Amino acid sequence: MDIQFKPEDLAFRDEVRAFLKEKMTPEIKNAVVGGHISKEGMIEWQKILYAKGWVAPNWPQKYGGTGWNITQKYIFENECAEAGAPAVVPFGLKMVGPVIYKFGNDEQKARFLPDILQSNVWWCQGYSEPGAGSDLAALKTKAERDGDDYIVNGQKIWTTYAQLADWIFCLVRTDSNAKKQEGISFLLIDMKTPGITVRKIDSIDNQHSLNEVFFDNVRVPVANRIGEENQGWTYAKYLLTHERTAIAGVPQSKKAIQSIREMARKEMSGGRPLIEDPVFCAKLAKIEVDLMALEFTELRAIASLASGAAPGPDSSILKIRGTEIQQALSELSVEVCGHYAHALNVETPIGNDYAWAVSAKYLYGRAATIYGGSNEVQKNIIAKSVLGL
Amino acid sequence: MDFNYSEEQNLLADSVTKFIGNDYSYELRRKRTATADGFDRATWNTFAELGWLAVPFSEEDGGIGGGPIETMIVMEEFGKGLVVEPYVSSVILAGTALKVAGSAEQKAELIGGIIDGSRLLSLAYFEPQARFDLFDVNTSAKKDAQGNYVINGSKAMVLNGGTADTLIVSVRTGGGQRDESGITLLIVPANAAGVSVRSYPTLDGHRAAEVQFSNVSVPASARLGEEGKGLAVLQQVADTANLALCAEAVGMMEKLYKETVEYTKTRKQFGVAIAVFQALQHRMVDMFTLHAECKSLLLRAVMTAAVNDPEARRNISALKYAIATKGQKVAHEAVQIFGGMGMTDEMSVGMYLKRINVINTLFGNGDYHLQRFMAA
Repeated sequence: MDIQFKPEDLAFRDEVRAFLKEKMTPEIKNAVVGGHISKEGMIEWQKILYAKGWVAPNWPQKYGGTGWNITQKYIFENECAEAGAPAVVPFGLKMVGPVIYKFGNDEQKARFLPDILQSNVWWCQGYSEPGAGSDLAALKTKAERDGDDYIVNGQKIWTTYAQLADWIFCLVRTDSNAKKQEGISFLLIDMKTPGITVRKIDSIDNQHSLNEVFFDNVRVPVANRIGEENQGWTYAKYLLTHERTAIAGVPQSKKAIQSIREMARKEMSGGRPLIEDPVFCAKLAKIEVDLMALEFTELRAIASLASGAAPGPDSSILKIRGTEIQQALSELSVEVCGHYAHALNVETPIGNDYAWAVSAKYLYGRAATIYGGSNEVQKNIIAKSVLGL
Repeated sequence: MDFNYSEEQNLLADSVTKFIGNDYSYELRRKRTATADGFDRATWNTFAELGWLAVPFSEEDGGIGGGPIETMIVMEEFGKGLVVEPYVSSVILAGTALKVAGSAEQKAELIGGIIDGSRLLSLAYFEPQARFDLFDVNTSAKKDAQGNYVINGSKAMVLNGGTADTLIVSVRTGGGQRDESGITLLIVPANAAGVSVRSYPTLDGHRAAEVQFSNVSVPASARLGEEGKGLAVLQQVADTANLALCAEAVGMMEKLYKETVEYTKTRKQFGVAIAVFQALQHRMVDMFTLHAECKSLLLRAVMTAAVNDPEARRNISALKYAIATKGQKVAHEAVQIFGGMGMTDEMSVGMYLKRINVINTLFGNGDYHLQRFMAA
């Protein structure tokens, strides 16, 4: 057991720092504010990472990964968050990419992976449906064979950034008679295909990131199916497990603690800076302890992955605690800002320059314990797969 | 970053795990806690033979050269077995004080005796008014004309004080009751004239003692470390003790969630095993998660302490705060899910709860450590 950074780790950290210092512009830092994203800013940043070879640290090296060990990944993630770099948009790089290199055929790998790495194509995720939320396998969007195509009909919902997306990866039903998990296939669909309609959903943060996506006789080549017909549930579960390890968001939460501290130095309460209020400080300290625990839980999980184990169901812990901590911090951010947290999103900040985005972030953050398999579903997974209940 | 045990550490873990699993049943423990000593001397000798009493001591002191990681390995398993032998009091508390401050002669005599099992030591550091302040010391030691220290005062909750042959006592040789300087550690034979020991059981099945000193005279050579600078030694002892006690608690938390899961698979109500109820499943998942969190904080604290990282002390406080809240929560949940059986003395569940509560108070409770964490 050893926690210390070796000289080569420190050299790597310096390299990452120098890179971030050179490349991090205010436009890139502001590419994500609250739950709102600037597509141009994100793509610019991801292309910079790609050019450096650092856009997909978790991918196998032969597909464009970095080959970093866990210490290097840890350093990279932390330095990026510390520098205020936005987290990459997950749908291509962290979700469909791994499914394609794991289960796709050679032609699909050659066709899709380079565009994901280079951020030439923006992906969205077609999983949830009005009748299939936590019970995802109840999905009804149907794909029927017609020669070399599938004809897709149905509806997806809560599709984040569908309005910006070029492609969607979808779970569709290809066998209505089988057990519900066994009749699902995994399709890649071009959003420009005739018959697809995107309708926006305004969310409680007064922003537009969520959508409904309707499929009306949409023709999708069978060549766009990943893996076997009716085996999509296996691939979907693989993706969800990967999504859960990335979902802990530890470096971002560390950064959030820093910014809460900075805000609390400026905000006054009872005639003194809020940071001197012991009740407030105790609240923050308790969350920090939880985050310290989560950080090591994640490191332990990554270390066991690195020694060859598959991401297991205990990655559900990372999702549960990671999102709970994110929410606790966003609640505290709103509390710190007091009255100015109530000013609705406007182009120019009102009041303190830090207060205007905290409510949007807090409100959009309520989704964290719902998406990616709600936290209650995660508990069901642990109960069944880990505790054998 | 490396989370793997070395080969030696794996061997140590295997040997303790096997012993606790095969030779340390809760039934046996109950019999031991009912004896006059409150533990089993034959088992203590077995610990010595297996080398476990040598774990935290350097090779030049006769030990195996282990550190926080090896101590964690032993204590986690001891926690699972609810080991009641005086490991914490003799090896961890007195042993650390000797390790940190002992002269060559003191180490040779006393660490040697701890390691071979022939000596039992206790650390008398606590006084009734002190709560968690190691520097709050009233017991005085004044030098007489011959240069001997003459001790007067009382120490409280001396762990295993009733069976110790030697006490390491914090006394005031200068300054006022709550001054940080002026504290000195003295090595006092338990049978010295003027020492009176009143031993009593504590709720976790362990033993403690109230110890009074009435004109107890010890020579200047009984001083452990520098005069007036005992606090720094006690602080190091407290950090080491908290790491050991938290490892013990993490072992108990693991046992608690696993035993609860197994119990719900056999206990039937409404015609089914209660394990099928989602209300209980989610509570057990929470227990599992709380254990994982505490285990992570334990590793964080132990691994930083092992390399003397400046963050170690803050990590220890984070850990102790977490054990005090999350550890107790797991024990409460276990009692709840075991239902009436959780309320019985016959089942070990309640004993885990009681031991966790004792651990939470020793060397600073959750609130104390949250404040220390915030101040660091």
